[in-house]
Amino acid sequence: MSALLRTSDLSLAYQGRTVLRGVNFTLNPGEIVTIVGPNGSGKSSLLRALIGALPPARGKITRKRGLKIGYVPQCLVIDPTLPLTVGRFLNLPRRIGAAQVAEALQEAGVPDLADHQMTALSGGQFQRVLLARALLSAPELLILDEATQGLDQPGAAGFYRQIEAVRRQKGCAVLMVSHDLHVVMAASDRVLCLNGHICCEGTPEIVASAPEYRALFGTGTQGALALYRHEHSHSHGPDCDHSHEAAE
Amino acid sequence: MLDDFLVRAALAGLGVAIAAAPLGCFVVWRRMAYFGDATSHAAILGVALALAIDLPIFGGVLVIALLMALLLSLLTGRGVGSDALLGVLAHAALAFGLVAVSFLPNVRVDLLSYLVGDILAVSKGDLLIIWGGALAVLGLVAWRWSALLSSTLSPDMARASDVDPKREQLVLTLALAITVAVAIKVVGALLIAALLIIPAAAARPLARAPETMAVIAALIGAASALGGLLVSFALDTPTGPTIVSLAAVIFASTQTMRALQG
Repeated sequence: MSALLRTSDLSLAYQGRTVLRGVNFTLNPGEIVTIVGPNGSGKSSLLRALIGALPPARGKITRKRGLKIGYVPQCLVIDPTLPLTVGRFLNLPRRIGAAQVAEALQEAGVPDLADHQMTALSGGQFQRVLLARALLSAPELLILDEATQGLDQPGAAGFYRQIEAVRRQKGCAVLMVSHDLHVVMAASDRVLCLNGHICCEGTPEIVASAPEYRALFGTGTQGALALYRHEHSHSHGPDCDHSHEAAE
Repeated sequence: MLDDFLVRAALAGLGVAIAAAPLGCFVVWRRMAYFGDATSHAAILGVALALAIDLPIFGGVLVIALLMALLLSLLTGRGVGSDALLGVLAHAALAFGLVAVSFLPNVRVDLLSYLVGDILAVSKGDLLIIWGGALAVLGLVAWRWSALLSSTLSPDMARASDVDPKREQLVLTLALAITVAVAIKVVGALLIAALLIIPAAAARPLARAPETMAVIAALIGAASALGGLLVSFALDTPTGPTIVSLAAVIFASTQTMRALQG
């Protein structure tokens, strides 16, 4: 099977400002890719472009024909004036029936929530319900945008284990943005480090030891990984100036 | 039967209340209360336009309300915009409308009837327009229900499920403009937004699903319209404000009920 999606020379602008430029990126079936990068580095914009919510300013995105994407948003604020059970939520925008709802909730690790109100869920339950919803379309690609925001460490770790379990069962590719560097770096096949462009990419070990990555995140995250030295020659070119030190 | 002005008033109130309630649920869920205010206040400007160029009031109000709602959508994205900007537009629309009406020569405009409605003067022709508009709004909201609900929850998630949130925003905008146009005769420009928001808010404590909330809101709206008509007849009070007052009393009681139940 060929790549699920591919971007060529993709640039993105948000509110008239270029947030990401020159992204060449390929996502293969079944792999877990994590995007890391400081705030404002274009992580969320890239995901939004990949699901079609943000049109490219330049370059293009090629999706596999008929690619099914399950999307878990960064945050979903449900106004308390909106009464909504988990079961009804999963039936949006298309009715799918109780059996499928139960199955999706089971897969997401929250089997008994169908009759609960969305606004009464805990953070971890809520994220798993969003995961269940993303799984409903039998996606070949699961996209998660900082899905563990607001969860504590054990909660986040549990959520990532769930993602891995889902990948094992379903064989879908996973593309996610995360701040939980320790957990993520360990759970990913490949890491993409963004800061207005792709700073560095590769296996977690390679990225964690890249000077660009360390300049952005410090060296603290290395402890979680079995590291080896990796010299990374890297040039930004004249029109691509940004300080890797800025985020420290 | 339609020759009785009270029957016509009751039917007009019912039509507007039933159409406004489900739409009002979305106004509440999407926090568009000020958006509704600004759109309905712009109705006065529509009245001025209609009178100036000899258009039916309904047409003038529809056009201006639609333009205002589109402008607001443009300025504020999803309708959740800067509080100050919406506040400015809501009141500016009203002020400009009132000024525009005062410019009209040779027209004896009973301004108050456009501000607070004149439900007892509803004609058979008005009834036709009100129910035509009400059914159009109901149909529109029912047809797009799931898509509207999805894009209310999260525009990005909706898009990932092949729902275009911009189109759904337009559907709401259109429904809102039609509602304003048919409601101006019933409750007047000042109180149209109340008819959208109050029944929906009153229905919230009684509902566990969005669909039931819309149905209960419609029932509360209908009860307020009929009850308000009767009360205003008995007490000789202005009908539109009485309808809204009754809806507010129902809101207070469902909220109290909820609070007492814990």
